[in-house]
Amino acid sequence: MAYQFDFAPVLAHTDLLLQGAAATLGLTAAGAVLGIALGVLGAICRAWRIQPFSAAFGVYVEAIRNTPFLVQLFFIFFGLPALGVKLSGWEASILAMVINLGAYSTEIIRAGIEATPHGQMEAAASLALNRAQTFVYVVLRPALARVWPALVSQVIIVMLGSAVCSQIAAEELTFAANFIQSRNFRAFETFFLATALYFAMALLVRQLLMRLGQRFIVGRPR
Amino acid sequence: MSLVSISGLHKHFGTNHVLKGIDLQVEQGDVIALIGRSGSGKSTLLRTINGLESIDEGELVVDGTALHHGEGDLRALRQKVGMVFQQFNLFPHLTAGQNVMLAPTVVKKLSKKETEDIAKEMLLKVGLSDKFHAFPDQLSGGQQQRVAIARALAMRPKVMLCDEITSALDPELVNEVLAVVQQLAAEGMTLIMVTHEMRFARDVGNKLIFMHHGRIHESGDPRIILADPQTPELANFTRAVM
Amino acid sequence: MFVQFTTWDIVRNLLEGGKWTLALSLIAFVLGGTAGLLVLFLRMARNRVAQALAKGYIELFQGTPLLMQLFIVFFGLPLAGIDVSPWLAAALGLTLFTSAYLAEIWRGCVESVPRGQWEASASLALGFTQQMRHVILPQALRVAIAPTVGFSVQVVKGTAVTSIIGFTELTKTGSMLANATFQPFLVFGLVAAGYFALCYPLSLYAKSLERKFHVAR
Repeated sequence: MAYQFDFAPVLAHTDLLLQGAAATLGLTAAGAVLGIALGVLGAICRAWRIQPFSAAFGVYVEAIRNTPFLVQLFFIFFGLPALGVKLSGWEASILAMVINLGAYSTEIIRAGIEATPHGQMEAAASLALNRAQTFVYVVLRPALARVWPALVSQVIIVMLGSAVCSQIAAEELTFAANFIQSRNFRAFETFFLATALYFAMALLVRQLLMRLGQRFIVGRPR
Repeated sequence: MSLVSISGLHKHFGTNHVLKGIDLQVEQGDVIALIGRSGSGKSTLLRTINGLESIDEGELVVDGTALHHGEGDLRALRQKVGMVFQQFNLFPHLTAGQNVMLAPTVVKKLSKKETEDIAKEMLLKVGLSDKFHAFPDQLSGGQQQRVAIARALAMRPKVMLCDEITSALDPELVNEVLAVVQQLAAEGMTLIMVTHEMRFARDVGNKLIFMHHGRIHESGDPRIILADPQTPELANFTRAVM
Repeated sequence: MFVQFTTWDIVRNLLEGGKWTLALSLIAFVLGGTAGLLVLFLRMARNRVAQALAKGYIELFQGTPLLMQLFIVFFGLPLAGIDVSPWLAAALGLTLFTSAYLAEIWRGCVESVPRGQWEASASLALGFTQQMRHVILPQALRVAIAPTVGFSVQVVKGTAVTSIIGFTELTKTGSMLANATFQPFLVFGLVAAGYFALCYPLSLYAKSLERKFHVAR
């Protein structure tokens, strides 16, 4: 007998799915803002070789980029209490996302800073701007504008990766889907709809961030 | 005392000795054209005057602010020296007006009203008062270079340096930029320019300096020395470019 | 009653799990690469339907979580009457995931081959497959090596997610050990070190390839 698809038992829990989706978006927003801020800081230290921070960020970037997000999450949630740092599922999730995105955006933004044409630095110097002023007013915005599409892609990757936060009981979209399928035994239909939600969210977040970038970083409508 | 005073200036790039003892006095209101073949050191000399190139030996004084080898207050110097580049180097994320306002705002800490007034005045001076809100990539090369001149003027420099400012322009855009420079000269601005525009150097400049192998090889009134070069090198050079 | 674990016991068990991580990574990379080539051909084909299908495939896998892809394979195939073990679901899921990403990476490389190469080979009356085989791919290959090696790091890291559908690789082994030993800090530290040992050489290799390529150009 062929399997009869039935989405009704899932749609009965639409509210839970939408709450989960909202939680995932919230995690992503917090992770993106703090992670990119950390990335700017790391990129300055790396691009200007401010020791010992440059070396420290170098080690941090390699450590994060060469280990799975899930293991970083487990280390923070299960491992850190051994050092007396006990975090909730939410806190551990946000911390892991910030640390993860921070490492990738350090490298992305550093590349953007290093692509600054030499003439821009000379023009700023000839106008008597100091190093900090040059960075804030001349380097940073064009550098972010240059790498914004790459940063947006990384934010999306982190958002999709946050599905594993369900494993430490952060009640985001995957957690909600897991809960629903444990109730209605419609695993395929439930995860199918959750996947569709993620897909829609990825499209939405990309659109939104590209528009925000155009408006606030590039600084004018296309 | 001279506005710009350079004495015994040496500069090396690695093993390449590019400036071999330059002595130069620039008076208030001088319009000086630096000419010479590429590699003669003319651009390097210009760039040392606002500290974009460091000095290995010798001394540079601009309006009382001194710069020795590796020492001195670069930012104080740069507030007195404006510079215009071959490639314009406008800030692409800022409008023409914002480009002009940036340094008065963040370096001189003037109010928004004051810097706006300065920007309007300077853009008017270069004939671009209607382009205040335009971004660099919406302007022609000639217009961008005029904005760059306005940007340098906004710091009210004592002397302006121009580094081949028409070399990157299409031929039909050269004159609008030269006209602005000529007007500045007429208003008494002290100008030092590296240029290939020999006619402009002769008509507008009051002093011409021919650089050769890192030294000032010949200098004097452009109308006189271009018509009657004293050295075979300058004679060869003028024959090649004029 | 508790079994006492020495650090060596932990390491030995983790190495056992690590073997499966390595095996899964290799399978996903090789099969995913093969499937990715297929997707690439569809993506570059002149047939609009083929293009759209391949584009949709890539966007779907790049726009949804790997965990969801694994869940759908794991819970979906049994509905079609195919019994899947966590091992099979993990291998299949990661292969699909890898094929989509590699196809997209390679598309960028193919598109970096100048248009004139397509036109020149077309003017010699080569068909699409011949153009790809003899003219475009050999040139794109040079560009593709560094990012492909770079992506292998993502594949290795991706295998960690298969622990959630119950495949006993490095991360799953770590979770079980952490529960049994009450030493999560040590265990997950070692797990992370294991992934680092697999991934870091690949990252370094990718970087050196990239540098070599840029110098060669």
